[in-house]
Amino acid sequence: MIALGSRAPDFSLPNHEGKQVSLADYRGRNVVLVFYPLDFSPVCTDQLSIYQEVLPQIEEQGATLVGISVDSSWAHRAFRDKLGITITLLSDFEPKGAVIRSYGAYLDEVGHGNRSLVLVGPDGVVSWVHESPTPLEIPGANLIFDALEQDG
Amino acid sequence: MLGEGSEVIVYVDLACPRCSLAWTRMSALPLRLVLRHFPIASKHPRAPALHAAAEAAGLQGEGAFWEMVDSIFSDQGRVDDPHLWERVRRLGLDLERFNRERRSEPVAERVRRDFESGIRAGVAGTPAAFVAGQAVGEDIAESLRTLS
Repeated sequence: MIALGSRAPDFSLPNHEGKQVSLADYRGRNVVLVFYPLDFSPVCTDQLSIYQEVLPQIEEQGATLVGISVDSSWAHRAFRDKLGITITLLSDFEPKGAVIRSYGAYLDEVGHGNRSLVLVGPDGVVSWVHESPTPLEIPGANLIFDALEQDG
Repeated sequence: MLGEGSEVIVYVDLACPRCSLAWTRMSALPLRLVLRHFPIASKHPRAPALHAAAEAAGLQGEGAFWEMVDSIFSDQGRVDDPHLWERVRRLGLDLERFNRERRSEPVAERVRRDFESGIRAGVAGTPAAFVAGQAVGEDIAESLRTLS
């Protein structure tokens, strides 16, 4: 995983509508990057559903939560519609997983990102990381709140 | 609280099939079960209404709370309002009061408080159980069998 205190690699990826979103767009805010394996997989569905429930509280703390996986924009659109979630989902589809790799969160053996969280501070520096021991383990939203409180 | 024995705090989503199965198995064990509300609306849109219904039933008697929970878990395919009203009538509860209270702020607050306590405890899916502050393994009923 990317090291604490390092500058978060910038990126520009399409969201569920194909619109490019850059990390730099969030400069001045805390951004929680949620790297997750795949849209529609059972564990990812649980993870993003839980995060959706606490999205207002995360935003109240001055942070933005962004999901990133190797799925296409079209898959993201269908996944958001199916779950009725509003979380920004970005597509690291081509070249596959390049951004996820730049954060050290790519699993070559399975071809997708590991389940991990990265908090990027308002200055664009990585202030907290969490990597699940296995893709099957969901990091509870409490970890995000703890990280935001520690950071604030 | 339901039953006697070691205390287990269980976070459930009343619309979640896995919760229904785990609850049925846990209820058969000699444990004191403490149910905490953990409705995941984006996954189960009816969940918040079901948890509010259980709380509102509970305001008319603790027994009614558990009967409503059991009734929902045992028939998760019938969870629209008319099905809830049918349950209320069957349990002999005051329907007008039920309808008023299930939409009330105290009931919503109670459900929200449970949900937030679950988030703080690291709940990341349902069902989730805790014994003496420690999370119970993934196969909850099987893990709890050793406790009982």
